[in-house]
Amino acid sequence: MASRTKSVPEPRLIFEKTRKGRIGCNLPEADTPEVDLASAVGRQRTAVEWPEVSELELLRHFTNLSHLNYGIETGFYPLGSCTMKYNPKINERTAGLSGFAMLHPLQPESTVPGALEVIAGVHDFLKEITGFDEISMQPVAGAHGELTCLMLVKAYHESRGQGDSRRVVLVPDSAHGTNPASAARCGYEVRTIPTDAQGDCDLEALERALDDSVAAFMVTNPSTLGLFERSIAKICEMVHAAGGQVFCDGANMNAMVGTTRPGDHGFDCMHLNLHKTFSTPHGGGGPGCGAIGVKSHLEPFLPAPVLKRDEDGAPKFDRARPLSVGRVSSFHGQFLMAVRALTYLLAYGRERLPHISRFAVLNANYVMARLRGHLPPAHDRPCMHECVLTAQEYKKLGVRALDISKRLIDHGFHPPTNYFPLIVPEALMIEPTETECKETLDAFCDALIAICEEAKVNPEALRAAPESQIVGRLDEAAAVKNLDVKWTRMRTGVPV
Amino acid sequence: MNVPSDLHYTKSHEWVRLEGDTATIGITDHAQSELGDIVFVDLPTPGRALQAGDTFGSVESVKTVSDIYSPVAGEVIEANEALGAQSELVNADPYGSGWLVKVKVAGPPEGLLDAEGYQALLG
Repeated sequence: MASRTKSVPEPRLIFEKTRKGRIGCNLPEADTPEVDLASAVGRQRTAVEWPEVSELELLRHFTNLSHLNYGIETGFYPLGSCTMKYNPKINERTAGLSGFAMLHPLQPESTVPGALEVIAGVHDFLKEITGFDEISMQPVAGAHGELTCLMLVKAYHESRGQGDSRRVVLVPDSAHGTNPASAARCGYEVRTIPTDAQGDCDLEALERALDDSVAAFMVTNPSTLGLFERSIAKICEMVHAAGGQVFCDGANMNAMVGTTRPGDHGFDCMHLNLHKTFSTPHGGGGPGCGAIGVKSHLEPFLPAPVLKRDEDGAPKFDRARPLSVGRVSSFHGQFLMAVRALTYLLAYGRERLPHISRFAVLNANYVMARLRGHLPPAHDRPCMHECVLTAQEYKKLGVRALDISKRLIDHGFHPPTNYFPLIVPEALMIEPTETECKETLDAFCDALIAICEEAKVNPEALRAAPESQIVGRLDEAAAVKNLDVKWTRMRTGVPV
Repeated sequence: MNVPSDLHYTKSHEWVRLEGDTATIGITDHAQSELGDIVFVDLPTPGRALQAGDTFGSVESVKTVSDIYSPVAGEVIEANEALGAQSELVNADPYGSGWLVKVKVAGPPEGLLDAEGYQALLG
């Protein structure tokens, strides 16, 4: 699926290192009678093989593979819309404490007051940070949180006898693809609201779209353009006047922590990606937590059971929830994500939490300012936690945003997000996060500027990039259409 | 960017070739270039009735999935089945073998751009 580069030798599979009889571990002597496998199982599967390598060969194999990985702990990772901030190691220490890690999800509630206090403690922080009345940490990912919020909105309209008539969800044309997907999954018809030339929601188009068929408007704020939606309070008023609800996609909450609150902007509900804003791990697709916050009028519909503090402040599960949409995950979501998030929040402390958003916004604006002469912003105004630049000028040189991204790999950086949001041509979306120092930002900007200069004199070098990695340019179309992840043992060039 | 003069166009980057009451529809050279390598094309089955502006299918590229809007009203009479195995034809030959559907038009199409108008849209 990719052209090979010469500079890095291709690692061999562990099966290719096998030498018959070599072992990497000492098994104890069998103390049971030997059984003939073929007679016991009925047939022998010759296709199943074990790698036969020494312990040292095994160790080197996986250590060398791990060196091919790139993550936030190896370098800068400015992937826009993903908030690839550093996750402090103290999060892992607390999540690994046996009192948390060894809990059984079916333990009686009376035996886990500490765990309940952790969840309630995160609820307290998130309520204060977002301005919402209630929190649920059952959703296990961001899109799951979106879907749960829409389920609450639907239950709310149904409770008012408008479940059948309100069948439309409005989504801006700059939205993450998960927004229309969540709405469609919830049974809604999706209509798109355009963005105006300044990068704000087109209020006239919104006004035309608002009627008594609208159930909700899903707004990402700051938008995926990295811009604060300047009319957000008015937007919420307009939607409410039409009887609809307003959902805040909290993907970009990192721009607002401790400085401004979606609950105060007029939103009815929102989701949060704890793995973005509150430094729980991104890796491996989870486990995640897409916590949601709601205003009190949506509270009766929250996924049951709901954790609430009693009059003495002790967290207790409220299970008598006749209007609840039901559980959206088993037990109480991904509990250890709550431990990590609380650790992060307490490590910062209330007074320093605003540093998160202030430095995230400062870093993005610094990058935007340094690159302005080479990669202009799609909308020329101060950005929030990320900046969206356009490489459109380079098209006439035969260089696309993708080529610039790929060339960055040769400079040792993870590329930014490209071609998103869809409404910006040749988009490069850069989110530095607050955990990067000025020297790193400068090195990254220097590399991008050098690439832009290179595009003018040697565009072919960009189109051929990356040249420094184990594989060259991936054929993404072939990877989708002809994906083959089987390994077939070859002997003298023939499959065996 | 290739914009053949004998075709009609939409602002959403579809092209139409009118022959009698049959309209052949595809996406423009500009559209395929912006989308990048196309890996999957979802097309309607013949017999489906379309209004002008209806979404009738989608093209999926390595970057994104885009709806395709019908430039005309009518009935789908044929979908380009070759694209099932060779979606790359849309990239290689957008105005020829990469066509998407043929529609029996219900009346004279309205609101389409000519080549000059579409070229002006692209700037």
